[in-house]
Amino acid sequence: MDIRRRNNVRITGAADGPVVLLAHGFGCDQNMWRLVEPALAERHRVVAFDYVGSGGSDLSAWDAERYSSLRGYARDVVEICEELDLRRAVFVGHSVSAMVGVLAAEAAPERIGAMAMVTPSPCYVDDDGYRGGFAREDIDELLDSLESNYLGWSSAMAPVIMGNPERPELGQELTNSFCATDPDIARVFARTTFLSDSRDDLARVNVPTLVMECSEDVIAPREVGAYVHAAIPGSRLVTLDATGHCPQLSAPEATARELLGFLRDLQ
Amino acid sequence: MSRTGEGPEPSRDGDRDHTHVAFSALLEDSAEELYESAPCGYLSTLMDGTIAKINTTLLNWLGLDREDVVGRRRFVDLLTVGGKLYHETHFAPLLRMQGELRGIALEMRTARGARLAVLVSSTVKFGSEGDPLLIRTSVFDASDRRAYEEELLRRRKEAEQARAEAEAAHRQAEADRQRLADALAVLQRSLLPETLPRLPGVETAVHYHTASPDRLGGDFYDLFPLGDGRWAFFLGDVCGKGPEAASLTSLTRHTLRTSAHHDPAPVAALTTLNTVLHERYSASGDPRYCTVVYGVLEPGGEGRPTTVQLASGGHPPALVLRAGGGVDLLPTPGGLLVGVLPNAPVATTRTTLAPGDTLLLYTDGLTEARTGPTRASLYGEDALYAFLAAQAPATAQELVTALTGLLKGFGEGLDDDAALLALGVPDTPAHPLPVSDPPR
Repeated sequence: MDIRRRNNVRITGAADGPVVLLAHGFGCDQNMWRLVEPALAERHRVVAFDYVGSGGSDLSAWDAERYSSLRGYARDVVEICEELDLRRAVFVGHSVSAMVGVLAAEAAPERIGAMAMVTPSPCYVDDDGYRGGFAREDIDELLDSLESNYLGWSSAMAPVIMGNPERPELGQELTNSFCATDPDIARVFARTTFLSDSRDDLARVNVPTLVMECSEDVIAPREVGAYVHAAIPGSRLVTLDATGHCPQLSAPEATARELLGFLRDLQ
Repeated sequence: MSRTGEGPEPSRDGDRDHTHVAFSALLEDSAEELYESAPCGYLSTLMDGTIAKINTTLLNWLGLDREDVVGRRRFVDLLTVGGKLYHETHFAPLLRMQGELRGIALEMRTARGARLAVLVSSTVKFGSEGDPLLIRTSVFDASDRRAYEEELLRRRKEAEQARAEAEAAHRQAEADRQRLADALAVLQRSLLPETLPRLPGVETAVHYHTASPDRLGGDFYDLFPLGDGRWAFFLGDVCGKGPEAASLTSLTRHTLRTSAHHDPAPVAALTTLNTVLHERYSASGDPRYCTVVYGVLEPGGEGRPTTVQLASGGHPPALVLRAGGGVDLLPTPGGLLVGVLPNAPVATTRTTLAPGDTLLLYTDGLTEARTGPTRASLYGEDALYAFLAAQAPATAQELVTALTGLLKGFGEGLDDDAALLALGVPDTPAHPLPVSDPPR
């Protein structure tokens, strides 16, 4: 199995710089990082990829059972690290990917040396004494929205977009292609993302960790950011003056600045 | 309205005046009025989503007051929770990356708590430096469209469910079919001998063709030792086809075998069979019958010829291809179908087989094969006799091989079961090897 092709792995930046691994969350693909990537690439070797099922990944490698658990996504991360023989890489995970990173670091501790979590949430659904921000019914509403919007995905076009990782321009020319996902796959990813509970995993994180939250984020509200910060021993919490769940797009300069600061302090 | 040629006709002038008046009224409509009362909702937000401007149409749809919205709420605040999630994970990132987004289905929440299905399009307005300034959004009421789409989705799910069930049923049917085929194969093997025994000084050959796709034939044959140096054999045809015929075949075969051991005389065997079939079927109002030739062969030796005694119940006559050429019919007139009457007459005959002679028993599937370009005529006994005359003399195997070729040539015209059994005394009876075509 060609892991680079399977996960549409793209490597940019300084070839001998410290490695930064960029992991997208639920919704869109590695293009989410396009506005912060240039700043990181100046002095780092930047590895971006798509989880199997997303973006330009090989859809034939998708398996409903494997990707119904965050551990399945963590296996993607570990397999990419092994393929590229990454050691002590800095894992930058957006949203649910932050929790995927926790599982990957636990599975392959020699591969991941630090973590930057961008708007993470260990559990989106409210629980006894915990406020994730959503009720179970809200997640069902999201699943309905997924069914109502194909975002340019069509079964006829999918092979063209997905099967040509060596020709990414084919995909990028198509409207909405960054977030175009097979509806059945998106549904599985959405359920896995929003119905997982990774709270107990946080205490086992034993690498330097940066937690980045936004001042206004309906998906990961500030009390969730505070929860993650408190649960991970020695973590650093940064609150960006940004709105929404994707500061790497809405406030790319501030996001890159905080990431670079964290990377600098690691050395 | 088109303008053609010069000097328009008066009626066209009238139309043009009317249009002019309508256009004037439209042009006096202010841009402000167009914005506020447009048939769709408009709103503009800062890049962080804070609503800066919203039109009356959308406020009315949502039941909100302008002062509660402008500067106070963000676009996502107008959405349902599911809509918020979708906005944050798909809509907002795509809009940032592409600068525009069209026709996204979302749900808004009205002041009274109702849901409003909408289609949303947004474009980012950029400043002269290429920096994003604000987001313009138009909102279309899509309640009917959404209801229609939900109907389509529901139907698609039903169709997928039905297809899944059909596939499961098909797999089950396929498994059942295989199980049945396996059972039938076992049953079919019980109707015919798997191989023929070796007869000293006699060469044997058989061919068996079943017309039914389940391979359950209505023709049968057998050959077995009587224990005193003699051999019994029979070949016949039961009425009907398929499983019911097979059931009758089974009863017939085992009755003949059993009665042959009790009293091997041909008349006795067929009389017993007639009694059994009549008692089993006709007496209970379900008459079934068979035609059969039953024989006892006594191998020759030390100057004695091989002799054959035959009895027949309504079956086409056996034939002998003589060593010197020519075909002898062995008619058994007066024999009736076996199993119809309580006391059926059985006709008998006998013959001897010299070295080079071959006895042939066959069922009428052979002579009733349909031939000719329209498959309208039957092959017939005369044609068969002529064919056999051309083969004589022939060993048992040569004869069966030739007849198998003949059957194959009938193609679709062979629509009944057909069985052949040949017993031949070789010219030089050194190696009495049984040769048989396994049942097919």
